[in-house]
Amino acid sequence: MTAFLKPRAPSPRWRRRGTVLALLAPWLIGFTVFFAYPMASTVYYSFHRFDLFTAEFIGLDNYWYFLGDERAHLAFRNTLWLVAVLVPAQMVFGLGVAQLVVRLKAGAGFFRTVFFLPSLVPTVAGTVGFVFLLNPATGPVNGLLSAAGIEGPDWYGDPAWAKPGLVLLALWGIGNLMVIFMAALLDVPRHLYEAAAIDGAGALRQFRSITLPTISPVLMFSAVTGVIQAMQYFTQAWITSRVAAGATDSPGSSYTPGYPDGSLLTFPQWLFQTAFRDFSMGYASVLALIMFVISMLFILILLRRFRAFGDEGA
Amino acid sequence: MSADTVPAAGSAQDRLTPPSRPRRMPRATLYWIAKHALAIALALMFLGPLVFIALTALMTDAQALTSQLWPQSWNWGNFSEIFTTTPLLRWIVNTMVYSLSATALMLASSVPVAYALARIRFRGRKTAFLLVILMMLLPPQVVAVPIYTLWASMGLTNSLWPLIIPMVFGDAFSIFLLRQFMLTIPREYSDAARVDGCGEFTTMLRVILPMARPAIAAVALFQFFYCWNDYYGPLLYASTNADSWTLSLGIASFKALHSVQWNLTMAATILVMAPVIIVFFLAQKVFIEGVTLTGVKG
Repeated sequence: MTAFLKPRAPSPRWRRRGTVLALLAPWLIGFTVFFAYPMASTVYYSFHRFDLFTAEFIGLDNYWYFLGDERAHLAFRNTLWLVAVLVPAQMVFGLGVAQLVVRLKAGAGFFRTVFFLPSLVPTVAGTVGFVFLLNPATGPVNGLLSAAGIEGPDWYGDPAWAKPGLVLLALWGIGNLMVIFMAALLDVPRHLYEAAAIDGAGALRQFRSITLPTISPVLMFSAVTGVIQAMQYFTQAWITSRVAAGATDSPGSSYTPGYPDGSLLTFPQWLFQTAFRDFSMGYASVLALIMFVISMLFILILLRRFRAFGDEGA
Repeated sequence: MSADTVPAAGSAQDRLTPPSRPRRMPRATLYWIAKHALAIALALMFLGPLVFIALTALMTDAQALTSQLWPQSWNWGNFSEIFTTTPLLRWIVNTMVYSLSATALMLASSVPVAYALARIRFRGRKTAFLLVILMMLLPPQVVAVPIYTLWASMGLTNSLWPLIIPMVFGDAFSIFLLRQFMLTIPREYSDAARVDGCGEFTTMLRVILPMARPAIAAVALFQFFYCWNDYYGPLLYASTNADSWTLSLGIASFKALHSVQWNLTMAATILVMAPVIIVFFLAQKVFIEGVTLTGVKG
């Protein structure tokens, strides 16, 4: 049967649009239901007193409440601390380990695997493990420290040491960053180092003038995505607090997050607590919008700076 | 991304070691020793936590209360005891159901979207891709309240369904990764398929899918492990119903809820880690390539 005998066959252009629509259909629904609608809805709820069942319009009251909510401010400061300390610490350590591994002559594959392995350990298992390792009474870390004549801190029981304890946990799971940095380091053209060596540049000078500028896009990308992740920092802190305080996730547990003394209370935890434990969902929407605005700033940096996020190809 | 972006021992030294200056041998030898000593020290620090966790898992209750490092006796029975003192088996089943169904659904829904975004020109493609990136990067907490409300209105909170059903509609991170990979497949393959009379669906299934296998394997593994490790999702939807607890929920409350010692708690954490680590050793290449793919170059 030839095409012109068919009554009103769709033009190739429309058939193409139909194909695209069919391929995108699931995602279009998902985008609407799980993204566009909730975004608009969050803005709507932020002007309401909302407890999952009834919503009552209260204007800007939720926003005013945030200005005086000291727990929220504490949570914000803690998250800021994590962004300012955790992200740079991970970057420096990850780059250092990557530099070391690409220079190893014997056993590079073995060491790469060993350094990558901990990043695979499930977050919950790693976190519970570290609460045990850093437990001052029974954990091996303080045991080893005292054998060396050092009196170890109280780690997750001491507000001053709890966050540094989480930094140790984060540095342990550096594997992904290391692999990304290794790939970047191996892409640096070798002849640049040769030319620099002929000009008498030492190792440090070569690192500063060749390595850093060449891999800076990768560093920049990791830094910005690292910041976005650090702003969401939840699971490790939530679990550390609970296990160290001896609390559970069971219903009826009247535990407020942040043990010891609010030092591990991060912003997403406070959002979770207000929304899903206290059911102050209108106020939680304000907290969500604050997170949205701050993350958007960093996402815009990514979108502007990185070609890979642009629309090229095919 | 291709095989040659994967760091390999041989290429590493060839390309990165700056040519050594014409000096005497000892200095190079010292440098060699220093590097490898540092690597060994670091390796001990990276492996240490795993070793101590494993050793504690084998101690008796009484010894786990002390700060001793080496088990006096090897209590392999701890691993069977955690199955009898806690509903560990139920948690494992729930976690498997969640991880496997989410991964299968994600693949079925995300591959076509990635294909359309990477290989078909259409109006609005740029915008669609931008929205995928936004969904990928924005913290899930931002939209958590209305989505929770949605599931509550359907009576599906207190279960794992709110974590599985959305996978029918694609996962932004997987779409992004698959699309990046599909972009690297030369256009000529699609053109050849078209000349042979293939439509878009046939081209996708017969030409692009087989070529994108490494990327598909990577996103499937990432999704599976994401679910296996997920704590925030189950905490939000399933923590109020002990019947739908996952391993991560169980492990996080293990010690307090079952009033057990660190030895059993560590045995349980070993059990959560083991599958991930075993799969990693079986599919190490897929992992490393996948991670490399996420470190987008500017």
